[in-house]
Amino acid sequence: MLGKLTWADIPFDNPIEMGAVVFMGLMVAAVLGLVTWYRQWPYLWREWITSVDHKKIGMMYILLALVMLLRGFSDAIMMRAQQAIAHDGAPGYLPPHHYDQIFTAHGVIMIFFMAMPFMIGLMNIAVPLQIGARDVAFPFLNSISFWLTAVSVGLVNLSLAIGEFAQTGWLAYPPLSELQYSPGVGVDYYIWSLQISGIGTLLTGINFFVTILKMRAPGMNYMKMPVFVWTALCTNVLIMAAFPILTVTLALLTLDRYLGMHFFTNDAGGNQMMYVNLIWAWGHPEVYILILPAFGIFSEVVATYSKKHLFGYTAMVYATVSITVLSFVVWLHHFFTMGSGANVNAFFGITTMIIAIPTGVKVFNWLFTMFRGRVEMHPAMLWTIGFMVTFTIGGMTGVLLAVPGADFVLHNSLFLIAHFHNVIIGGVLFGYLAGFNYWFPKAMGFKLHEGLGKAAFWFWLVGFYVAFMPLYVLGFMGMTRRMNHYDNPAWTPWLQVAAFGACLIMIGIILQVTQLVVSIRQREALRDVTGDPWGGRTLEWSMSSPPPFYNFAVTPHVHALDEFCDAKERGRIARYEGTYEDIHMPRNTPAGLFIAIFAAIMGFALIWHIWWMAAAGLLAMVATFIWRTCDDDIDYYVKGSEVARIEAEHERQVDLAAQLAAVRV
Amino acid sequence: MDITHETLAAHPEHGEHHGPGPNTVFGFWLYLMTDCILFATLFAAFAVSRRQYAEGPTGHDIFDLKYVAVETFLLLVSSCTYGLAMLSAYRNRINGLVLWLGVTFLMGLGFIGMEVNEFSHLVAEGNGPDRSAFLSAFFTLVGTHGLHVTCGLIWMVVLTAQILIKRKGIPSSYMNRLMCLSLFWHFLDIVWICVFTFVYLMGVQ
Repeated sequence: MLGKLTWADIPFDNPIEMGAVVFMGLMVAAVLGLVTWYRQWPYLWREWITSVDHKKIGMMYILLALVMLLRGFSDAIMMRAQQAIAHDGAPGYLPPHHYDQIFTAHGVIMIFFMAMPFMIGLMNIAVPLQIGARDVAFPFLNSISFWLTAVSVGLVNLSLAIGEFAQTGWLAYPPLSELQYSPGVGVDYYIWSLQISGIGTLLTGINFFVTILKMRAPGMNYMKMPVFVWTALCTNVLIMAAFPILTVTLALLTLDRYLGMHFFTNDAGGNQMMYVNLIWAWGHPEVYILILPAFGIFSEVVATYSKKHLFGYTAMVYATVSITVLSFVVWLHHFFTMGSGANVNAFFGITTMIIAIPTGVKVFNWLFTMFRGRVEMHPAMLWTIGFMVTFTIGGMTGVLLAVPGADFVLHNSLFLIAHFHNVIIGGVLFGYLAGFNYWFPKAMGFKLHEGLGKAAFWFWLVGFYVAFMPLYVLGFMGMTRRMNHYDNPAWTPWLQVAAFGACLIMIGIILQVTQLVVSIRQREALRDVTGDPWGGRTLEWSMSSPPPFYNFAVTPHVHALDEFCDAKERGRIARYEGTYEDIHMPRNTPAGLFIAIFAAIMGFALIWHIWWMAAAGLLAMVATFIWRTCDDDIDYYVKGSEVARIEAEHERQVDLAAQLAAVRV
Repeated sequence: MDITHETLAAHPEHGEHHGPGPNTVFGFWLYLMTDCILFATLFAAFAVSRRQYAEGPTGHDIFDLKYVAVETFLLLVSSCTYGLAMLSAYRNRINGLVLWLGVTFLMGLGFIGMEVNEFSHLVAEGNGPDRSAFLSAFFTLVGTHGLHVTCGLIWMVVLTAQILIKRKGIPSSYMNRLMCLSLFWHFLDIVWICVFTFVYLMGVQ
């Protein structure tokens, strides 16, 4: 009846896991309890859960990402603590079975359930506003995408309470991930959570690609698009081109595990090297999927806070496009040691080094944008400057690793770990946090507390260097990744320094949480009345914060790159005097939520081999989708008079603020 | 680089942003391109595994080209009949549309029936997907195509039922859906031609 699932699958005997489960359970119960206590369910259901509004979906994505950042970071600090004490015969406090799950979960969560939702959330909030659109091309698909990601997060976290997670590392290489060596449900949790969220990501890719291509405001040709939109466009191309490969790769592993096939097995002609090639044919574009939007954010931030137009816009666009293309011809550098031969390795080594050229172009563009600008040290700008220094170091160690001869020495050592954290934290995460500080007032209507934001930045930055520079040294000393314990006393001091660095980062994270709480409490003082708190350059700053649900009362006409800035400088800003037309809007729908819940039920059932439940989940998914296609009442019109009322209210607020400011002067 | 005109056309001042517009068909076409990459990956996996027989049967031992030729015929002709269904739809002739969709459905069903029959015989003879890497790749590639055709059949039934229940001509949203299904169906034909060539024709050598 319940497949492989029994009471024994709940880890009552593991106090650390049970503690985490109880903590998570209490947190969820507290949130649900508070919502019930304040009778907010109808509001939450109407305005958020069933919403197809890109801004709200974006905020939910980012909330998900921030929660997962906490989860992924607790994994990280547990690993650092383990390696700091598990030396010279001491076993540490994490047994290998648990430790291996932690490093797998850390990688999976940080990439798929922290970075990806964060990126997609920022894209959701900014892209339609920057191109002057009322929503994305397919608002309902957007809701499905979000909920598929959310339930996958649920599945990964459920593995803590019921069963186990994979102990294979974040890419689940066979033969270790095959049934023979991983007979438990850990790899199955890995497979199904990634498959479900992967479908959500693919739909997002299509959705935003169509949005950017087809829904730009009149006059915005390709070379007038903000750089963030360009990078989002390239990222979505990469998503569409790369995620199907992930889907197939995981599906083939699934067939090996569930139907006894022989794609990657040791026997009957299987070939595990095929898995490694396939997973990196997705995996390398994936890191560019993450970093390109971060580059876009830095471009917006650096121009805004330097009070200058971006240096080398055209070069930036071409650099972005070249990186997009090149990202598909470097995947083999992840496994030079496989033995593909000198010529093949040389080819991929050289293509890898070539990517450094467009990236270098970008770094110089950002520097020249700051040059002779009136640079304002807002937290978003601090993250950007921190990125420029940190990412350049990470990039250089990457070029070093691209030399196949050097890679043979450093492959899978802590040098590699230091390198990719150097670019992913220093590039991706710093970028998203810059974007978070930058667009927060646009989404929420009030700014984040600056002092706490700066403090958080400094702890993060210093913590990062203290935590990861020792790892470069340890790599040269021969320490490999994923070690549960070790016998080389020379490593211990470096690992203890790294653990201290993780503690500094923890203070940074605590400060970020504090920043959020303080900002919410002081939201009246921090309110962004004009909708343009930073002297912004692009269209999203031309509207109120938060924007009305229909975004633009009147479709803007674009004349220049940095349209809003240009309009301000040339005095083209004028209040709309005509009558407002009715606006066509999509209706909210719970169908996306239901489809995702049934997908999660199916995934859970497949993990535990509960076949009847899997079939039921699949059927319910299909039925919900068909039910949705039968519904013809999916849109409505906002009355022009209602639009006029909302716009007049915003104008009144702006006038009031202007009068107050005049009185103060 | 100036695409202002096109942008204007796709961006009417008031109206069809969220309604079923040309965006739907474009979006669906993009999905098909991602599906194309999915199949390309499966073909790559097949290329790696196609000689890994593990002392099991080869393509020469198990493929019956005449049988597969009939399957191919059914699927290719069903693409033509779908084209006829679309012609009826453009003329707003529901009866013709339903008739040709019915013919297309039956041919697709015939194709799937023959494929299931082929698979079940192979499994019964002990040549299932767990026999060798070659057979794993064969079953997966051909089966994935079959799964797509099955989804297309279900879609066809649902769409026909919806159009029959409405009974008021064919609204533009349903024209778009018919168009998407049309793209899907022709796409599966193209994939099948590759399957027929690379798996069957080259497999019997």
